[in-house]
Amino acid sequence: MPRIWRFSVNAALPFRDLSPAAPRVRVTLDGAPLDLPVGANLAAALLAAGVGSFRATPVSGAPRGPFCMMGACFDCLIEVGGVTRQACMMQVSAGLVLTRPKGRVTE
Amino acid sequence: MTTVDLIVIGAGPAGMAAATEAAGLGLSVTVLDEQTAAGGQIYRAVTGAGAQRGAVLGQDYLDGAGLALAMQASGAQHLTGAVVWNIEADAEGITVTWSQDGHAAQLRAARLILATGALERPVPIPGWTLPGVMTAGAGQILLKASGLVAERAVLAGSGPLLYLLAAQMARAGTPPLALVETQGLRDTIRALPHLARGLRGWRTLIKGLGLLAELRRAGVRRITGARDLAVEGQDRATALRFAAGGRTQRIACDTVLLHQGVVPNTQASRALRLDHDWLAAQQCFAPRLDAWGETSQPGIFVAGDGAGIAGALAAAEAGRLAACQVAHQLGRTDATARDARARAPAARLGAERALRPFLDAAYPPAAQVLAPADDTIICRCEEVTAGQVRGWAKLGCTGPNQTKAFGRVGMGPCQGRYCGLSVTALLAEAQGMDPAEVGAYRIRAPLKPVTLGEVAALDAAEAAE
Ligand SMILES: Cc1cc2nc3c(=O)[nH]c(=O)nc-3n(C[C@H](O)[C@H](O)[C@H](O)COP(=O)(O)OP(=O)(O)OC[C@H]3O[C@@H](n4cnc5c(N)ncnc54)[C@H](O)[C@@H]3O)c2cc1C
Ligand code: FES
Repeated sequence: MPRIWRFSVNAALPFRDLSPAAPRVRVTLDGAPLDLPVGANLAAALLAAGVGSFRATPVSGAPRGPFCMMGACFDCLIEVGGVTRQACMMQVSAGLVLTRPKGRVTE
Repeated sequence: MTTVDLIVIGAGPAGMAAATEAAGLGLSVTVLDEQTAAGGQIYRAVTGAGAQRGAVLGQDYLDGAGLALAMQASGAQHLTGAVVWNIEADAEGITVTWSQDGHAAQLRAARLILATGALERPVPIPGWTLPGVMTAGAGQILLKASGLVAERAVLAGSGPLLYLLAAQMARAGTPPLALVETQGLRDTIRALPHLARGLRGWRTLIKGLGLLAELRRAGVRRITGARDLAVEGQDRATALRFAAGGRTQRIACDTVLLHQGVVPNTQASRALRLDHDWLAAQQCFAPRLDAWGETSQPGIFVAGDGAGIAGALAAAEAGRLAACQVAHQLGRTDATARDARARAPAARLGAERALRPFLDAAYPPAAQVLAPADDTIICRCEEVTAGQVRGWAKLGCTGPNQTKAFGRVGMGPCQGRYCGLSVTALLAEAQGMDPAEVGAYRIRAPLKPVTLGEVAALDAAEAAE
C-alpha cells in the first residue's frame, strides 16, 4: 500500500523531523487516509504531515492551528471520533477518525 | 475518599522538588500532572524522547532528569495524564478532582501545593491568530517532545527564552531566519541599575551571554527595537512585517514564534479565590504568599513560576521551602529542624531571584502588546478586538467580569488564559486606573472542560460511598 506522508499540497513542509522514524498507523482526516507515527503527539504529528489548519472558528470561520502546544489555548481543537478534543494533549493511535470542525454554521 | 498528607498539582521543577522533599520528610504525597511524563514546561519529556536530543537542547535541560528521577525514587505517587479541574477547600482539608483517560477521580489532602507554572504572555498583534503563528514555548515543546524544528521560522518579541530557542534551533541545523526583538537600547539602559544587585545570579547571566555569542557564531540575524509587528497571510502565516531602523521590513517565512515573556498561570489560585497582587515589574498578577509560599488560604501553598516568574532553579527551591513548612505544620519536623533544612534552599532562591529585576527591565513586554491597536484581536476564542473592549469601557464597563455582559470576551474554551491580562490592561488604560484596582476575571470550576458523563460518574461514586 502506498504511504501517504503528506496531507496538504505544500511543496515544502514547514517542519523538519529530527526524531527517529517510528512505525506509522493509519488514521483519517476529513475522510482522507493519513499515516502518522504511533504514539506521537497528535498536534505535532499533524503539523509534521503538513496540516496547518485544524479547524475553522465558530465566530468568523477563520482557520486555526496549534498555538501553545501545552493545553491552554484550545486552538488545536479537532473532532476525534465525533468528540472535540485538544490535539496537543493526545497521542496518535491506529484508526483515529479526525474531522476538522467547520466553524460558523450558516443558516 | 482516600486522604493523603499532601497533594502537589504540577510536576515541573517546583512540583517535583516539593514532592521529593515532602516524601523525604515522611509525608504521603500524590502529584497530579496533565502531561504524560514529569518535567513541566522546561524539562518536558526529559526522561523520554527529549533525552535523545541532549546535544540540541543543552545541559541545563538534561539536568532536569535529576529532579524527575529523585521524585520517582522518593515514594511520592505521581499520576500522569491527570487533568485537575476542581479544587475545594474546607476547614479540614482540600479536595482535588481530576480526569484521567476520561474518568474523573477525587482525593483529599491535609495540604495542597499548587505548582502549575507559567503561561506565555499573550502577544496580541495583527495576524497572531493565523495558522503558522505559535508561541516560542510551543516551538520549544515541539522540539523537546516531538523532535520538530520549524524550517523557515522567524522568532519575534523579547526575553531570554528566545535566545535559548534560537540557539537550540541553530544546534539542530535549522537556525531561525531572524530574531526580531521588541526591546531596545533604552530598555538595556533602564536595566543597568539593577545589574549590581543581580550579580548574585551571575551564573544565569553568563549563560545568557554565552547564548548570544552562540547566535552570533551561527550567523543568526538579530534586529532589536522593532515596532509595529504584524503577521501577514490569508489562510496561514506567510511573513512577519515590522518597523525597525526607521523603515518597514518584511521577512517571508512559514512559521512565526512569538514571545513576550511568561506570566504566572493563576487559573487554580483564582478559582480558589486566593488573594492576588499586581506585580508592576512583571505586568501580571500573582498570588500573595508568605516566605514559605503559603497563600491567603491556610494550608494552600504556591511554588514556582505560578507565584511570579523566577525561573526553573528558583521554582525547585521554592518547592522545597513549601514542603519544609508543610511537614512542620503536620507535626513531622519542629521549627528548628525545619529552619535548618530550609536554610540552603532559601539562600539559593535568593540568589536566583536577584537577577530578575535586571531581566524584567531589560526584556519588558512591548507597549504595543500591552495596549494593542483597536482592530487587533485580543480574545482568540471569541475574536474580540482591543477596540471593542475600549468601546465597552466608554459605555461604563469597569471590570473584567462585566465585559462578559457586553460581549463574549473570556467566555470561550480557554477561559481567559490568553486574554485576561489584555482585558485588565485595556480597562485600566481606558479608565486611567491601576491594573490592581481593575482586577482580573473570576475563574470558576471546571478549570478544564469535562464531559457531563465524567461529572455524573463522580456523583454516582459519591452517592455509593
Ligand atoms: C511553554 C514554556 C516553555 C518554557 N521553556 C523554558 C526553558 O526552556 N527554559 C527556562 O529556563 N524556562 C522555560 N520556561 C519558563 C518556565 O516557566 C520555568 O523555567 C519553569 O518551567 C517553571 O517551573 P514550574 O515548576 O513553576 O512550572 P512548570 O514547569 O510550568 O510546571 C507546571 C506543571 O503543572 C501542570 N499543570 C498546570 N495546570 C494543571 C492542571 N489543571 N492539571 C494538571 N496539571 C497541571 C503542567 O502540565 C506542568 O507540567 C518555559 C515556560 C513555558 C510556558
Ligand atoms: S495548541 Fe493550545 S491547547 Fe493545544
